[in-house]
Amino acid sequence: MIVYIGYITLLLSFVCTIYSIFAARKYIKTKQIKWIDSSSHSAIAVWVLLTLSCMSLVYLLTHGHFEVEYVATVTNITMPSYLKVTALWGGQSGSLLFWSWLMSTYIAITMMRNWQHERDIQPHVITVSMLTLMFFIMLNLFIENPFKLLWIDSTERISSSIIRPPQSTVFTPEDGIGLNPLLRHPGMIIHPPMLYLGFVGFVIPYSFAIGALIVKRQDNMWIRITRRWTLVAWLFLSLGLLLGGRWAYDVLGWGGYWGWDPVEIAAFMPWLTGTAFLHSVIIQEKQEMFKRWNMILIILTYALVIFGTFLTRSGVLSSVHSFAQSSIGPLFFVFISLSFSTSLLLLLRGWNHLQTQKPLTSWMSREGFFLINNMLFMGILTACFWGTIYPLISEIFTGQKITVGPPYYERTTGPQFAALLLLMGIAPLVAWRISTVKRLGYLIWRPTIISLLIPLALILRGVTNLTALLSLWLATLVFCVTLYEFYRGALARQNSSEENFMQSLWELVEKNRRRYGGYIVHLGVVFISIGIIGIEMFQQETQKTISLNESINIGQYSLVYKNLSELPQNDGRFITKATLAIYKNDTFVTNIQPQRDYYIQNQQRMTIPDVYSTLESDLYVLLIDWKPIDTQQATFKIYLNPLINWVWVGGLLFIVGTLIAAWPDKRDDIILKLHSST
Amino acid sequence: MQRNKLILGGLLIIGAIIYLIVSTTQSTSKYYYTVNELIIDQSANINEKVRISGAVIGESIQFNPDNLQLNFTIAHVPGDSDEIIANGGLAKVLHKATTNPNQSRLQILYTGPMPDLLRNEAQAIMDGHLNEQNTFVADTLLLKCPTKYEDELSQQTIN
Repeated sequence: MIVYIGYITLLLSFVCTIYSIFAARKYIKTKQIKWIDSSSHSAIAVWVLLTLSCMSLVYLLTHGHFEVEYVATVTNITMPSYLKVTALWGGQSGSLLFWSWLMSTYIAITMMRNWQHERDIQPHVITVSMLTLMFFIMLNLFIENPFKLLWIDSTERISSSIIRPPQSTVFTPEDGIGLNPLLRHPGMIIHPPMLYLGFVGFVIPYSFAIGALIVKRQDNMWIRITRRWTLVAWLFLSLGLLLGGRWAYDVLGWGGYWGWDPVEIAAFMPWLTGTAFLHSVIIQEKQEMFKRWNMILIILTYALVIFGTFLTRSGVLSSVHSFAQSSIGPLFFVFISLSFSTSLLLLLRGWNHLQTQKPLTSWMSREGFFLINNMLFMGILTACFWGTIYPLISEIFTGQKITVGPPYYERTTGPQFAALLLLMGIAPLVAWRISTVKRLGYLIWRPTIISLLIPLALILRGVTNLTALLSLWLATLVFCVTLYEFYRGALARQNSSEENFMQSLWELVEKNRRRYGGYIVHLGVVFISIGIIGIEMFQQETQKTISLNESINIGQYSLVYKNLSELPQNDGRFITKATLAIYKNDTFVTNIQPQRDYYIQNQQRMTIPDVYSTLESDLYVLLIDWKPIDTQQATFKIYLNPLINWVWVGGLLFIVGTLIAAWPDKRDDIILKLHSST
Repeated sequence: MQRNKLILGGLLIIGAIIYLIVSTTQSTSKYYYTVNELIIDQSANINEKVRISGAVIGESIQFNPDNLQLNFTIAHVPGDSDEIIANGGLAKVLHKATTNPNQSRLQILYTGPMPDLLRNEAQAIMDGHLNEQNTFVADTLLLKCPTKYEDELSQQTIN
C-alpha cells in the first residue's frame, strides 16, 4: 500500500515537472501572468509530491518492509532506527530519490522569492531547473526505482518489479541484508546530505545564468542572485567534502582523510570551478569585467556536477565509493552532452552582449591577481580532470589502460596550491586597476618579518625539511598579512571615529561582511594548509605485536597494552575492544580503545581506530590482530599525525567565514532594489 | 606594449601549468593490466611499476600479524567493462574467476594491516611490481565488494 503511495507520488511529480515546463513556455508565448503562476505552483507541487514519496520510502525502511527490494538491500532487523532512516541514501535508487527531493527543495524555495523584477528570467529558470529535475526523476522512475517489489514465481525464481509478473506472488524475505557496514557511522548521517545539497544547489545559479543569457540581461542583478545561491551550494559542498574527509579518517583506518579517489575528485572539481567563480564574480560586480568568463564558470560548474554524479553512480571508474554497476551511464552521457552543448550554443548567441567595457591594464592590479587566481584554479581543475579521464582516453588511443595515482595529483596540484596560498596573502593588498611593487612592498614588509619567526623557531627545534619550512612559512605569511588587513582596517576606522579598537574591528567586519567574511575563509584555508603540511610531511607510523603490559613507543608517547575484551552486541555486531594506556613523557594521560567490529550477517570486519586528539597531534591507534584464546598478545598499528586537527579547526573557521559573507544583508537588498527600479 | 606584456604573462602561467601536468603524467603513470596480460603476455618487465586487478581467492589469504605480511592469490578477471557486463556483471565475473581452476592466477605479497574488505570474491586493485619469483609485490591495495544480494535472498528461500 505505502509502496504504491511512494510510487504514484513519484510518477505524479514527473508529470508535474513536465507541466511546469509546459506552462513556463506558454508564459513566454502569451505573457499571461496566470501561466507563470501556474508553472511556479506546479514546481512547488513537485516538492510536495517528492516529499511524500521520500516519506513513504522512509516509512518502508523503518518498518521492515522487506518485500520492497530496496528495503531488503539496505536494511535489516538489527540495525538501529536512525540508520534505517539514513539508509534512504545508503543505496543507489534511494539516494537518487533523496537527491531529486533536495533539488526540488531548492527549486521550491527559489519559486517563493519575489519575482517582480525578474519576471523575464523566471520562465527560463523554471525550464532549466525543471529539465534537470525531470532527468533525475526519470532515472528513478524507469531505471533505478526504489519502490520495486520482490516477486517469486513457481520455479522459485526471484525477480523485482513494480507490477506483478505472471504466476508470481510477493516474496518477503525474513530479513534484509543491511546497510554496508562502512556506512553505519554517524558521519554517514550528515556527509552525504551535505554533499548532495552542495551538488544539487548549483542547479539554481546555473538556471539564473542561462535565463540571463537567453533574455540578454545587461544589469548585474542576476549575478548577485547567482552569487548568493552559489555561496549556499558552495558552503554545503565544502562541508560535505570536509565531513567526507573526517568520515574517512574515523572509519577507513588508513590514517588519512583524502586519497585522491576518483569520486573524491569528482566532488572536488565543481568545488574548484565554484571557488573560481566566487572570486571572479567580484570583478564583474566591481569592474564590469570577466562577464563571459563568469558565464563559462557557471556552465562548467553545472556540467561538472552532472559529470561527477555520472562518475559516482555509473561504475565506470574503480573507486572505494563503489555504488553498484548500473545501466544509467549512457543516459547520463546523453544528458551531459545535451545540456553542455545547449549551454555553449546559448553562450555563443549571447557572446556580444557580454562585452567587457574595460580591458585589463596590468598584472600588478587586483583584477590581474584575480585572473591569476582563476588560472590556478583552472590549472588544478585541468590536472584533476586529466588524471580522472586519462585511463579512459589512453584505452581509446592505445588500447591499453594507463592510470595515474596519488603521486600524480600531489605533484601537479601541490605547487599550484602553494601559488594560490601566496596569492591569497598578497592579492588583498593590491589596488584595483593598477598598483606598484613598491606600494605592495610597503604594505607587506611588516607581516613578512613577523612570519619569518615561525620557520626560524622550527629550524632551532631541528626541522630541516626545506619544503616543509617553506610551505609553513608561506602559510604563516598569509596568516600574518590577513590579520594585518583586519588591523589596518580597524585602525583606519578608529582614527576617523570615536570608537575603541574592538568596536572598530567589529563594525569593520559588520559593515563589510563579504570582504571580511572572505578573509576569515582565507584564515580557515591557512589553518587547513598547516594541517595538511603537518600530516603529509611529518606523519610517523609504527606497528608491533605486544603482550599485556608491554608498550609501544612513538614520538613522545608510549602506549601500554592493558586488556582485550570481547563484547557481543544485540545489533548484529561482535566487538573486540583493546585498551591501551597512553603515557606522555612517562606521565599517564588517558586510555584509548581501538576496536574491531564483526558484522556477523555480512561476514564483514570493521577496524575502528581510536584517536587521542590534541592541537599538536593525533595519536591514531588501530587494533590489527590478536591471539583469540588467551588474548595475551595483540598487534597494533599506530600513527602519529602532527597538526591534523588544524584541518578541522580551519574547516570550522571556513564555514563561519562563509556564513558571514553569505548572510543576507538588508542594506545590500535595498541597494539591489534601487538598482533594479532605475 | 602593455598588451603584449599581459599576453606574455598569461601564456607563461598557462605554459608552466601544462608543462607540470604533462611531465608529471609521464613520470607517474602506470599501465593497468589484467592477470592474463601480466602472466601470459608478459607485458610488464620485472620491477616495472604497474597497476593490476583480479578476484581474491578466499582460502589463499594468509596474514602474519607479527610482521604484517599478507599473502593471497588473485584470479584473472577481464579488464574491459563491456565484457564484464556481457558476462552478467562484476559479482558474477568475480565468482566465476575464483571457482574456475583454469583461470590464470597470481600470487600477491602486501605488507600492512589486513584490509577489512579483503575476502573471497572481492575485487583487488593494486599498485606495485612483479618480482623475480613471479610474485606481485603490492604497495597499495584497494578492494571492491559488489553486493550479491540476489544470491543471499534466494538462499533464504531454500532455508
